[in-house]
Amino acid sequence: MNGAQDLGGQHGMGPVAPEKDEPYFHAEWEKRALGVTLSCGAFGAWTIDESRHARESLPPATYLSASYYEIWTRALETLLKRHGFVSAAELAAGQMLERGAEPKRILKADMVPAVLAKGGPCDRPVSDPPAFTVGEQVRTKNFNPETHTRLPRYARAKTGIIEAVQGSFVFPDDNAHGKGENPQWIYTVVFDGPEIWGEGADPTLTVSIDAWESYLERA
Amino acid sequence: MTSHDHDHDHHDGHHHDNHFSDMQARVKALETILTQKGLIDPAAIDAIVETYETKIGPRNGAAVVAKAWSEPDFADWLQRDATAAIASLGYMGRQGEHMRAVFNTPETHNLIVCTLCSCYPWAVLGLPPVWYKAPPYRSRAVIDPRGVLAEFGLTLPDKQKIRVWDSTAELRYIVIPERPAGTDGLDQSALADLVTRDSMIGTGLAKAGAGAA
Repeated sequence: MNGAQDLGGQHGMGPVAPEKDEPYFHAEWEKRALGVTLSCGAFGAWTIDESRHARESLPPATYLSASYYEIWTRALETLLKRHGFVSAAELAAGQMLERGAEPKRILKADMVPAVLAKGGPCDRPVSDPPAFTVGEQVRTKNFNPETHTRLPRYARAKTGIIEAVQGSFVFPDDNAHGKGENPQWIYTVVFDGPEIWGEGADPTLTVSIDAWESYLERA
Repeated sequence: MTSHDHDHDHHDGHHHDNHFSDMQARVKALETILTQKGLIDPAAIDAIVETYETKIGPRNGAAVVAKAWSEPDFADWLQRDATAAIASLGYMGRQGEHMRAVFNTPETHNLIVCTLCSCYPWAVLGLPPVWYKAPPYRSRAVIDPRGVLAEFGLTLPDKQKIRVWDSTAELRYIVIPERPAGTDGLDQSALADLVTRDSMIGTGLAKAGAGAA
């Protein structure tokens, strides 16, 4: 979706302002937000792709003014309501009012090291060989779905070179919407700065994305 | 500090806290409801926080870089199969499942970003800094990387190319910075001390060795 999350090349966002000796957390609630988000992810009720889509679906003004832990928390409220774990009335009351859905798994403290060490690999086998080969010129498609996609706007309808075939992975554009994992080959596609940014672009710049096969066509 | 200054600070602090206290209340409500339902374990949250405060952070990545600087075979492995090479040091799992290492050279400087969200190699660098997840970095790294690097105090030679890697899929990138001059005699532990977090994102370089001119 062409939401506030698709930031590449936007202007007016201000200086980066790196913080010297930045702490891991800026407030206690950030620690709890991290832990609650990861604990709820362990339910197995939604995928990383659905989470990302919930985050990017926040109203742009909210998204752009929120810290990332706030983005996580607001999106988590959406996911918990959508999947029946928590109701809007409960969020308003700050208390449990009724039982809700039961998750497949509940993360206990003794499971944490193993769960973090395992992560969530999303490489999956596909039966067809890769359609593109290293060194081949390709063009990204131009599309503007209202649904989840991982092809940034700045990299649509641009010509680049396949630099690597990276394996086959879950296709987020489908998986975010419960349409299945439908894995595809992923390619690192590298573009010259001027191809993306046109006049005045830094001639020493190249930018790469990791693109699912269906984002690409022969150029 | 004068009383006026004190009042001013105090006032600013409260202004700042309003937003924080709203988020504090929302997160507290979530944790309370989910705990009452038995769906989350507060001790698991403590364990997650402790892991990222004390166990999984940029020192992991620094060990990877120091080993790559010291052992050509490891550097080669890292280039061919970063996930396996990094896992051999015990660094794996969440947001490090599919790793790629990209090597800086005198010709090319690498920079990592996630323009679409906040993808970051947690297994080797820990939790991302706030600026990495915020709109200024995410918007500008792909269009004005030299301007971004200048804000980190880093000016690259005009002729050095810049390669920006936008983490749009589940591959997670770590930059292997160039080994500083004057570090020939250092062991891996001393070398790791020269490797900053930012040098592994590409917004910095490794620190100069003590023996450098």
